[in-house]
Amino acid sequence: MMLSKQIENFLRALGKPLVAFLMSLGKLSVFIVRAVYHALTPPIYFKNFIKQVLEMGFYSVPVVGLTTIFAGMVIALQTYSGFSKYGAESAVANVVLISVTRELAPVLSALMVAGRIGAAMAAEIGTMKVTEQLDALVTLSTNPFKYLFAPRLWAGLCVLPLLVLFGDVIGVFGGYVVGVYKLGFNPANYINSTIENLEAIGIISGLIKAAVFGFIISLMGCYNGYKSKGGAQGVGQATTNAVVSASILVLIFNYLITEIFFAK
Amino acid sequence: MSDIKISIRDLKKSFGRKTVLNGVDLDIEQGESFVVIGGSGAGKSVLIKCIQGLLTPDSGSIQIDGVETTDNSNFNQKDMHAKMGMLFQGGALFDSLSVWENVAFALLENQKTPRDLAKVEAIRVLRQVGLAPDVADLYPSELSGGMQKRVGLARAIITKPEIIFFDEPTTGLDPIMADVINDLIVESAKGLGATTLTITHDMASVKKIADKVAMLYQGKIIWQGTVKEMEKTDNPYVVQFVSGSAQGPIKVEV
Repeated sequence: MMLSKQIENFLRALGKPLVAFLMSLGKLSVFIVRAVYHALTPPIYFKNFIKQVLEMGFYSVPVVGLTTIFAGMVIALQTYSGFSKYGAESAVANVVLISVTRELAPVLSALMVAGRIGAAMAAEIGTMKVTEQLDALVTLSTNPFKYLFAPRLWAGLCVLPLLVLFGDVIGVFGGYVVGVYKLGFNPANYINSTIENLEAIGIISGLIKAAVFGFIISLMGCYNGYKSKGGAQGVGQATTNAVVSASILVLIFNYLITEIFFAK
Repeated sequence: MSDIKISIRDLKKSFGRKTVLNGVDLDIEQGESFVVIGGSGAGKSVLIKCIQGLLTPDSGSIQIDGVETTDNSNFNQKDMHAKMGMLFQGGALFDSLSVWENVAFALLENQKTPRDLAKVEAIRVLRQVGLAPDVADLYPSELSGGMQKRVGLARAIITKPEIIFFDEPTTGLDPIMADVINDLIVESAKGLGATTLTITHDMASVKKIADKVAMLYQGKIIWQGTVKEMEKTDNPYVVQFVSGSAQGPIKVEV
């Protein structure tokens, strides 16, 4: 008798968060379907899209540049110290190229943009929600999904690949700087080795990752802002959730996409 | 027999286990200034949001110009909103847009009016609500509460709507500014010949703007009549609310 009660309580404790999780998953799915539908149907608010592109893209350039250059530099250093044991120092250029274009530039850029833009998006939309600005949009015959969310989703999708392409170049350059000036490689040899190892699949997979990450960042920013409740506290919560969920999803999808491209 | 502009029958809405509207019946005539009073949490805002389609009621019927709005199949929400204006409690101005872009939002985004014409029109309506043209290029965060309300009012009336909703238009304003806003509400509604629905708990505002008053209590309309009738009624709920007394049948849940 006691045991069955305990089991019941245990299942209850287990069930409540599970139901809550499934419900939020359901809400998110509905949100995604609505957002994608409205992103693909007119009217399209082109001006809002351009504004978001500038906000997400242009102003993120310094952050992405700094992140990737140091990533490239540290990889060059680590690879050298690790590989010199096997006399494989010549692999430095190749390792830098592969790690930067396939992994470091897309993932690190996405995490930085998630912190910078995902948070700002959730805070802005969350504030609009709690101050009834979203309702005001509807009463002015304007769909918030089209006016606010669609431009952000498109911007995320388009801008991240451009940022990552830029990050690729800067990251590889960072590796070159360390390789040549610190580790004493011949500049011409380093460049040749980089060009020889350049392969389309590495770059392209990195850019596809970037597009997916950009979409995820915008989606989490919009979704968490849209469902925020209450006042300042609710908006703060939404901001945290947007950054955390976007970052985790970026890492998960990074693995999945890598598996699709490179698992043999 | 005058025309019924908004007709509500047995409207119900619950959030979780909490019933907010429990069978609301209401008829608002064309050109009338209708005020719904009720305590905080009585469901006034929910009522107004249901009429505008911002919330979906659980059951019941809402007809605007004889068209059922709770049935999505044969009516266009966008067309409905085109003939409505709303003044939100906190103004709900878009803080990323300047004052005139806020006021002219519907012209710019829906009617595709050229920007220069839209700005001229916005400044004209701003003047109508007592704001100088140089306010037009400011941002909402640079305005006082009373000015924000005026801008909100200008945004609500610029499209010359047939129905205007006012959500606690005087809340948070000093008594003099509240009276100014009340005057503006009466003026602009009469000027447009619009039907208005106001929700408030400010009795001074009710006396100033209402043709008809209804009291919402525990999710139902428990009394309605003209302002004169309100002052003479012996309905204990209305009497308590109008006099603002803690004693009476209405128990405040603390």
